[in-house]
Amino acid sequence: MSTSVEKANPTEVVTKCLRRDIDLSLFGYEGKLALLTLDNGLDYNRPNTFGLQSLNLLSNVLDEVGNDASVDAVAITGKPYILAAGADLSGISLVRNREQAIGVSKLGHDVFRKLGELGKPTFGFINGLALGGGLEVALHCDFRTIATSATVALPEVFLGLIPGWGGAYLLPRLIGPEAAVQVIITNALNSNKMLSGADALNLGVADAAFSPADFLENSALFAAQILSGKKTINREDHTSNPAVWDRAIAAGTAAASKKYGGTKIASPTRALELIAGARTSTRDEGFSAEDQALADLVMTDELRASLYAFNLIQKKSKKVEGSPKPSLARKVTSVGVVGAGLMASQLALLFVRRLKVPVVMTDIDQLRVDTGVAYVRAEIVKLVDKGRITQDLANRLTDLVSGSIDPQVFADCDFVIEAVFEEMGVKQKLFTQLETIISPECVLATNTSSLLVEDMSKHLSHPERVVGFHFFNPVALMPLLEVARTQFTNDESVATAVAVGKELKKTMIIVKDAPGFVVNRLLSIFWGEITDAADEGTPFDIADNALAPLGLPMTPFALFGLVGPGVALHVSQILHKTLGDRFSVSPNMKSIVDAGIKTFYLRDDSGKIIPNPAAFSLIKQGDKASSAEQVRERALVALAKEARLMLDEGVVSTPDEIDLCMMLGAGWPLRLGGILPYLDSSGISEKATGQRFHSKGIASLPA
Amino acid sequence: MTREVVLVDAVRTPFGKAGSLYSETRADDLVVRAMRGLLDRNPTLDPSSIDDVAIAAATQIGDQGLTIGRTAALLAGLPRTVPGYAIDRMCAGAMTAVTTTGSAIGFGAYEAVIAGGVEHMGRHPMGEGVDPNPRFLAEKIVDTEALIMGATAENLHDRFPHLTRARSDAYAANSQAKTAAAYERGIIQRDLIPVAVRSTDLGWAMATVDEPPRPGTTVEVLAALRAPFRANGRVTAGNAAGLNDGATAALLTSADFAKANGLTAKARLVTFAFAGVEPEIMGYGPVPSTIKALAKAELSIKDIGLIEINEAFAIQVLAFLDHFGIEDLDPMVNPYGGAIAVGHPLASTGVRLMLNLAQGFSEHPDVRYGITTMCIGLGMGGTVVWENPNWTGTVGTR
Repeated sequence: MSTSVEKANPTEVVTKCLRRDIDLSLFGYEGKLALLTLDNGLDYNRPNTFGLQSLNLLSNVLDEVGNDASVDAVAITGKPYILAAGADLSGISLVRNREQAIGVSKLGHDVFRKLGELGKPTFGFINGLALGGGLEVALHCDFRTIATSATVALPEVFLGLIPGWGGAYLLPRLIGPEAAVQVIITNALNSNKMLSGADALNLGVADAAFSPADFLENSALFAAQILSGKKTINREDHTSNPAVWDRAIAAGTAAASKKYGGTKIASPTRALELIAGARTSTRDEGFSAEDQALADLVMTDELRASLYAFNLIQKKSKKVEGSPKPSLARKVTSVGVVGAGLMASQLALLFVRRLKVPVVMTDIDQLRVDTGVAYVRAEIVKLVDKGRITQDLANRLTDLVSGSIDPQVFADCDFVIEAVFEEMGVKQKLFTQLETIISPECVLATNTSSLLVEDMSKHLSHPERVVGFHFFNPVALMPLLEVARTQFTNDESVATAVAVGKELKKTMIIVKDAPGFVVNRLLSIFWGEITDAADEGTPFDIADNALAPLGLPMTPFALFGLVGPGVALHVSQILHKTLGDRFSVSPNMKSIVDAGIKTFYLRDDSGKIIPNPAAFSLIKQGDKASSAEQVRERALVALAKEARLMLDEGVVSTPDEIDLCMMLGAGWPLRLGGILPYLDSSGISEKATGQRFHSKGIASLPA
Repeated sequence: MTREVVLVDAVRTPFGKAGSLYSETRADDLVVRAMRGLLDRNPTLDPSSIDDVAIAAATQIGDQGLTIGRTAALLAGLPRTVPGYAIDRMCAGAMTAVTTTGSAIGFGAYEAVIAGGVEHMGRHPMGEGVDPNPRFLAEKIVDTEALIMGATAENLHDRFPHLTRARSDAYAANSQAKTAAAYERGIIQRDLIPVAVRSTDLGWAMATVDEPPRPGTTVEVLAALRAPFRANGRVTAGNAAGLNDGATAALLTSADFAKANGLTAKARLVTFAFAGVEPEIMGYGPVPSTIKALAKAELSIKDIGLIEINEAFAIQVLAFLDHFGIEDLDPMVNPYGGAIAVGHPLASTGVRLMLNLAQGFSEHPDVRYGITTMCIGLGMGGTVVWENPNWTGTVGTR
């Protein structure tokens, strides 16, 4: 096998291709099936992947079975629960130039296409997880069976790539352009949605689906039936009707545009071009076009940032950096939630659902308490209605939630979290009162978004049990949890908080106690620049859309509306006071909040987003207008400076944690690597702070 | 019996040598596979109409524990409304599963059952975790040798000196030859359910044939084997069943249920009996159990046209045949060979005997009655008498 990639990845976890021949006579066909098993020798936690060595091993076996006259057909499957999770992404960081990138892509094609050009029937037995190249290897086969328990997807576009080992060419020709756009574009952009075995069968990705209990046995029977002619699969020719293809491409383009707020992003664009081309291209042309597109994307900072970000999320969701020994954690058998407002109620719901322990809520009057408990119980009913939990579990959870106006109910709690008004005096008074009720070991957590935890706890007899426990809205969906420790907080309390966070299924970072922690501090500094620009005289839509090229999930003012202008203003006021003038408080925001206006934008009857005249009528602007570019630059420079300051202050210890926070707490895209890789590659970091956050090659192309 | 009970179908996994074919396959997965294969073969059976699932294992530990009849039912995807339980009578586990559930059908409590057995002797060696009461030895309730099956076989040679090692070896070679011939004719394959087997080092493969048989085995080869149980012994690895892994499953119903559900009977349960003997000569068990069963059926051994007897040891078969005056190499005894060739995964074997008998019944419509019989550890025997639904004759015997 010749390839322009001379250097193999020395850390590649090699997936072997094991061959055993099966006598099909018991299945009704007198002949032999070579059954190939992909297996990297590790358990299901480490899926099979295709690096250079793995591809070469597969290639050798395919040559061998292709030339073996005693073999009538070939099937490929994987170790238990896994076919393969695609290309060895760690190898991509080693690709230094376009020629090498082409080499990697071409090697995959050269090996996989043997399965479609072997001169004897080939079968993909998709026994479990098959992602990206893992699904493509099966797509090259003549026939596919799938386990009903399998999960398959082409997640390349989610990562900033394209299905470049045959997927973009083969899939639309196999299942039609509309279904292919759904798999390659729509699902990938929809939080990387995956297909079940049944979905794959319905879409035509697989020809038959079998129970995992005897998947391989039934797949062997399927192969025997195909070989003996007892079963035939009729494939539709999808290439004849160009209108269907145009419609599919248009739908995919619209989905991508919607996802990125109109910004044209390379990977979906290129993937759609490839799908469109598949109708008329030959295999050689189609595969070659994939090689070119893949190489172009691989040689971008954006893709490298995306892979860095993806790996970061994977890694940090498993391990909490800087967490004390888990064995120090104390058992939490009862939880208290102070407050019964919307945030507190969401917290109570999450705690009861995940911890399944008694959760008691308090508030200042019975009506509030009843409203909060009723909210949680109503949400539990909704979960049953959606089929997410059984009625039995709902009965159990409903029984576990209670409320009271008497804080004495917290006496038996091991973990009490407050979500009361964001005001230091209120919180100090609350904690002092709670100390007279709860045990000295009970962890006191605060969901504060901007106040110093230490200021809430330093007057206490047991300040060592106080932690920051900061969620993001909506609490059930946003994966990030900032766990803040003060100089007093002990390891037992942090370990307990982390153990609770794990049960809540959150990805956690442990931050030093500082106003706004990570996400709110960066969002606030960034908002401040946008609102400053608007206050100075930049038209609102220009200021608001200045960041559009970044493809953020929503514009600053849209986010402002989501969080609630009152909350956002309050946070900016606190940060202004505690961190300094660089956190500005917009007078226009203040007048809107004072007037009780909730949002800058409204939806008209047709669902279109329009400016809220009530908000805009109150705005007083200066006469110094900036261009979108100027607004963008000042916002990004401010972000870079603040991030550097946070690292210097030790709020977090690595730039990775900042990136992780922005992705999981603010929903900022993988393509930006969170944010710092983007600031690096756009030159902002060096301009603003004199240095990069990440060395070249970590989250960007190598030097 | 108050109602007719029929064997609708029976299947098994290919049998493996312990520590080989199924060394990375769980016991429960084996029996689940057999059960699913059985259901696949009988698509007119509504699984929710199964009244019970009785699965036997001699060592009910780990993947053979946890009330394997119930776990297997759940793992096989049977409706959760179908109950299950575990059975143990050592080697006669599956046989006891059939007689017990069959009795429930005869009594009228059940309509349809799955009865089977599994033994993964690679994962669960004979005697794993046993804790014999010290009184057994202290009070000489049984001799130490009674717990070593090979030693009991030697004891049987002692009891019947005319049943020599040469006769045992000749019987064993014939068993291998009959199995090879049956494979050649495709008889054995008919009831095998293929099993996907994984090896970490070699990848997935498919078990489609029995692993233990040694076709071409001659008496000369057998004569050269060492007798491991005692000096100058007569019992060898060649004239005994090996250590094996495998599973079986049978579908039994009332005759009325079979008719109503488009199922055909392969054999009708006539009666059965279990009997005890001295534990030191446990292999003699089939003699008294057969005498007892035939008496209940009001039949004589002359009425029995086909015999499926387990070949735990050749000597134990010879002792049985000797008692009933049947030739050592009578072609109607184990016509497709037996455990000496295909193996004996303890608690699963009872149903293997039945599926072989059912094959014999279909090949021999002239035969009206047959028996399946086996010896059982600690000195027992079991015999089930069956009637051939294909029988075309008008009088009682072959």
